[in-house]
Amino acid sequence: MKKTVLSAALGAAVLGLASAASAATLDDVKAKGFVTCGVSAGIPGFSNPDDKGEWTGLDVDYCRGIAAAVFGDAKKAKFVPLSSKDRFPALQSGEVDVLTRNTTWTISRDTSLGFNFRTVNYYDGQGFIVKKSLNVKSAMELSGAAVCVQTGTTTELNLADYFKANNLQYNPVVFEKEADATTAYDSGRCDVYTTDQSGLYAIRLKMKNPDENMVLPEVISKEPLGPAVRQGDDKWFDVVSWVHYAMVNAEEFDITSKNVDEKKASGGPDIKRMLGAEDGGKIGTDLGLTNEWAYNIVKMVGNYGEVFDRNVGPGSPLKIERGLNALWSKGGLQYAPPIR
Amino acid sequence: MANGTSAYIRRDMVAPQPAPPGATGVSHWLKTKLFATPKDIVLTILAIALLVYIVPGMVDWLFIDAVWTGDNRAACATIQQGGVLPDGQSGACWAFIGAKFQQFIFGRYPLDERWRPMLVMVLFVILLIPMLLPKAPFKGWNALALFIILPVISFFLLIGGVFGLEHVETPLWGGLMVTLILSFFGITVSLPFGIILALGRRSELPVIKTLCVAFIEVIRGIPLITVLFMASVMLPLFLPDGWTFDKLLRALIGVSIFSSAYMAEVIRGGLQVIPKGQFEGADSLGLSYWQKMRLIILPQAIKLVIPGIVNTFIGLFKDTSLVSIIGMFDLLGIVTLNQSDANWSTPVTPVTGYIFAGFIFWMFCFGMSRYSAFMERHLDTGYKR
Repeated sequence: MKKTVLSAALGAAVLGLASAASAATLDDVKAKGFVTCGVSAGIPGFSNPDDKGEWTGLDVDYCRGIAAAVFGDAKKAKFVPLSSKDRFPALQSGEVDVLTRNTTWTISRDTSLGFNFRTVNYYDGQGFIVKKSLNVKSAMELSGAAVCVQTGTTTELNLADYFKANNLQYNPVVFEKEADATTAYDSGRCDVYTTDQSGLYAIRLKMKNPDENMVLPEVISKEPLGPAVRQGDDKWFDVVSWVHYAMVNAEEFDITSKNVDEKKASGGPDIKRMLGAEDGGKIGTDLGLTNEWAYNIVKMVGNYGEVFDRNVGPGSPLKIERGLNALWSKGGLQYAPPIR
Repeated sequence: MANGTSAYIRRDMVAPQPAPPGATGVSHWLKTKLFATPKDIVLTILAIALLVYIVPGMVDWLFIDAVWTGDNRAACATIQQGGVLPDGQSGACWAFIGAKFQQFIFGRYPLDERWRPMLVMVLFVILLIPMLLPKAPFKGWNALALFIILPVISFFLLIGGVFGLEHVETPLWGGLMVTLILSFFGITVSLPFGIILALGRRSELPVIKTLCVAFIEVIRGIPLITVLFMASVMLPLFLPDGWTFDKLLRALIGVSIFSSAYMAEVIRGGLQVIPKGQFEGADSLGLSYWQKMRLIILPQAIKLVIPGIVNTFIGLFKDTSLVSIIGMFDLLGIVTLNQSDANWSTPVTPVTGYIFAGFIFWMFCFGMSRYSAFMERHLDTGYKR
């Protein structure tokens, strides 16, 4: 008992105050001088450390974008790696300001957990990968297959739903860790492995013979992954949402981190308005930021296409196609409201 | 037996003869140790077959087919996997360890500030070596420097924010550095607290005794992983808004409370063995309770339980990898984390990482166990049976 008192005293002595989980996150973030983002503890392409130990990834760049918008400095972002169990308490308790940790937007998370979702920075969906030698062309032919799956995830539930709905038999082979499940599939323990499609791309890199496997066309679930913030703080919610919209709008206008200065000087009125070059514009200040906010995001982090490309797309080892994540004008789902 | 001159009584000692041929040397050793009975012969052949089956493949994988240099996954992947190696070749990817080595040691500690943990490490080694050598002088001052002054200096040196040092918050710490900090702190705290708890448990004062028994039994009854998990998920919800405990501090407290409870039981085991006469002898000399313990009982008791103490230390050292549960990256945690780097993702990367982490853990644990064996021999004062 003595030790508990001692530890509490020690704790009080050593620790400072973290950001308060109050209703004015934007002010708190500005006051402490950096934004704290919850990220995943290692998902390839979304948040993982590079050789120097810097965080990289799609979710990480979203957070850098927020920092660029708020402070004009993409480096003023701190990352808290969170497991899937830790992530919601961490956001609720105010340990992180925003959760950019490829979290699926579902109604229960939006309502009963008390979070707000609006933007989707990656549209994912659950898929199957099989050995080509099975000669299977569709998930409908998978009756009786042994399916490797990670336990305790929505993946496992979606799998059960899908096979039940289609009256198919299957033998689930469950694993605690994703790495174990993929190794088991690769060594032939099961015929099929199922996880989110972005994960299927990452797994190909770990396979002994990637060309002997194929991804089936069926996508059996919707996994809109996006940032979450605490409910009841609309101002901060707006900032987080418009960071994504600014990146998508920038791609639509063909503004990249390389040509942003040029576009700011010579672009059309809508581009000038967005980049804060319009006389008397107050779009940024209405958001609670500076008018340069969108310019800073694009300049320091890039537009959505650039970010996608270097983290998960052709510029990365994952080489994921844009698919659902292409702009709406190119057949995808990424659609941003206009900035005016 | 009138006189000793009988012809058949030998007067001189027979000079020692060399052992008969076949009773020494390699062939004798083989005969008695490996091929003594049919059962032994079968077992020996099985063991040799197993070694022949495993060892060449292991050497191949670890050294001959291994990749030692490279900048990304291409170096360690076969052509089929999108790399440069010929198809079918599989070997350890040491290039991955090379590229991430600094991170495995320091975690994400800022690159320009890494001289600080290095300096702490150097100071630690300088102070530790004379502490470990029984003949080195000034043990008292040395202990003071190692267990009190060094931790204080290290704390300020590592965390910064004073004397113009850049502030480096603990989430950036990681790798072997965190493993060593946690275990050194745990070991340093657990021994004195363990002794106090063990004495308290044997005390005749009911309040102290009850408190100590309750503490030990409660802590031993909960898994460490539960406490760490509670501390990381539940604690923030109970604390007032905005208050957070530093994660490293949570882990330090958890680990030291745990090892103290275990240590207390190990030391109590030693105290039980000390004969009653030792206590009574000390009492009859008029020694006070603390004098009796310090001068007579504890030196004997602790010496007896050195294997148990070191066992607890080694267990503690390895238990530190549980902190990855609360989002801290110790050596094992940071190795696992880096497996998610798509730039290095190959079929052999995870195994290579685990082998590296396992080897480092083994090195430290083996070192501790060798040192404890040395200390046991050094302190052996005739109790050996």
